[in-house]
Amino acid sequence: MSGDDEILLRARGLTKTFGDFTAVDGIDFAVRKGECFGFLGPNGAGKSSTMRMVGCVSPVTSGELRLFDLDPATDGPAIRARLGSCPQRDTLDEELTVQENLWIYGRYFGLSRKEVRSRATELLDFAQLTERAGDKVEPLSGGMKRRLTIARSLINSPEILLLDEPTTGLDPQARHVLWDRLFRLKRSGVTLVLTTHYMDEAEQLCDRLVVMDHGRIVAEGSPRQLIDQHSTREVLELRFDADDHHGHADAVAGIGDRVEVLPDRLLVYADDGDAAAAQVHARGVQPLSSLVRRSTLEDVFLTLTGRTLVD
Amino acid sequence: MTTTRTTRPARPGGRPGGVGRLARALPMPAGAGLARMLVERNITSFRHGWIALVTGFAEPVFYLFSLGIGIGALVRTVTTDSGMTVTYPQFVAPALLAASAMNGAVMDSTFNVFFKLKYAKLYDAVLATPMGPRDVAVGEISWSLIRGGMYSAAFLVVALLAGAVRSWWALLALPAAIFIGFAFAAVGMFATTFMRSWVDFDYITLAIQPMFLFSATFFPLSTYPDALQWFVRLTPLYHGVALERALMLGDVGWGVLAHVGYLVVLGVLGVVGASRRLERLLLS
Repeated sequence: MSGDDEILLRARGLTKTFGDFTAVDGIDFAVRKGECFGFLGPNGAGKSSTMRMVGCVSPVTSGELRLFDLDPATDGPAIRARLGSCPQRDTLDEELTVQENLWIYGRYFGLSRKEVRSRATELLDFAQLTERAGDKVEPLSGGMKRRLTIARSLINSPEILLLDEPTTGLDPQARHVLWDRLFRLKRSGVTLVLTTHYMDEAEQLCDRLVVMDHGRIVAEGSPRQLIDQHSTREVLELRFDADDHHGHADAVAGIGDRVEVLPDRLLVYADDGDAAAAQVHARGVQPLSSLVRRSTLEDVFLTLTGRTLVD
Repeated sequence: MTTTRTTRPARPGGRPGGVGRLARALPMPAGAGLARMLVERNITSFRHGWIALVTGFAEPVFYLFSLGIGIGALVRTVTTDSGMTVTYPQFVAPALLAASAMNGAVMDSTFNVFFKLKYAKLYDAVLATPMGPRDVAVGEISWSLIRGGMYSAAFLVVALLAGAVRSWWALLALPAAIFIGFAFAAVGMFATTFMRSWVDFDYITLAIQPMFLFSATFFPLSTYPDALQWFVRLTPLYHGVALERALMLGDVGWGVLAHVGYLVVLGVLGVVGASRRLERLLLS
């Protein structure tokens, strides 16, 4: 991606505190037009607080935040008119039907009735909910509700779509349907900004992402770059018949680049996982199971913070 | 925690009503002049549950017939505080109109708003759009007034048919009921932003019930001891009842303006307070 692409969103030293607690601790990032930008981190890393500031529903404590070159402190309504916001918890209007949810939400943006109706028809199709248009929201499945929330956030044809944990709580099939819809949006030119604690989601969707921990950004890059910089190509996972895997770490010490001890397994980081497995075998170490896989963002996170993403 | 409060003029293109214009003169959180969209949302939702409209209308009518006919048979005439002699239904009907305007406004702005605020998370969704906390407060209160206005109009028709209206001034009883609704809806919404759970609603009942019984609703103020009279004069429903009684009995003096003034000031303070509290709660 070239450096002179238009920047829609920029933060410098962005900070959010609640009393003595610092949720976001002076972060810098920039999002370019048309890209999918992700915040990856465990619960409590400061992702949602960042998203709320970006969505202009939470005042910035200090630092600078600009969307479309506008300041949320003075131009909140004008910025929000150009954003789509898909919160972590569905906030659909359960007193209204599926299509009324889209109509009324469009009206909150000051759009005309005619405009919201034609837009809602398109969006119901996009969200694969046309057959449920006249139904109440409450009986819809989790995946359908999420799709409706995303459709609703698109009613104003936003330039940036904010997605806070878009697939948390959905079953695998519903997640894939949702990812497919998000890909389509991206292809149509909508800039996506999302938070997630799922590394597969970040790898699937994000062109570029930042890894957050304790309110700070600890790494930044494309999923591939992050893996190349902070992890080895492959990982050998070893499980032993033991409550504490620390005891087995010494037995494999020196194999691969580095050994990480998790409560239920050992991770041996090596560019050639099979060669590492052969070395383990040659030492006479007998794990219950061994598995060679490619490095993921989970490994990047583990390397950077010493902790796993989902605990 | 620091809360930045932005005082800014309404955006061009918004069409604020009288309430909106008044609100802009005061230090208020931002709005986008889109309060009417929340009214539209409530109308759309209400279409699915129109039965609630019937119950809201029925309550004061039941009171009118039970008290008017029942007590009216025992008490032939009543002398009002201004010295007019009227039948008991004529005496009690204006008070019931005022009380039902209060009850309707309080129900809407407390129970319904609390549900939307804490459980339905409606305002979280609304505030992600260009709409601001002021739009939410003005929109909800406006809706409450529209709904209350419909009840009051229907009640006035029933009162007229029952012979409880004595003057053409009664035409102004409807706008007067809207002022009463405004004051109570605004203060009710402000109070709701402090509610932690449904248990706290007992405080609302604790405030509303004595007002309903003692605001010169069922007896003239002169029947109370002096000290109590002065206390009653300070409470909002008393002003609502006195205003409606003056209009429906055609006993109008400059004093009615004082009643209107009291209700408007209370309402404006409520709107400002409610908007600020919503901003603190939802835009943290």
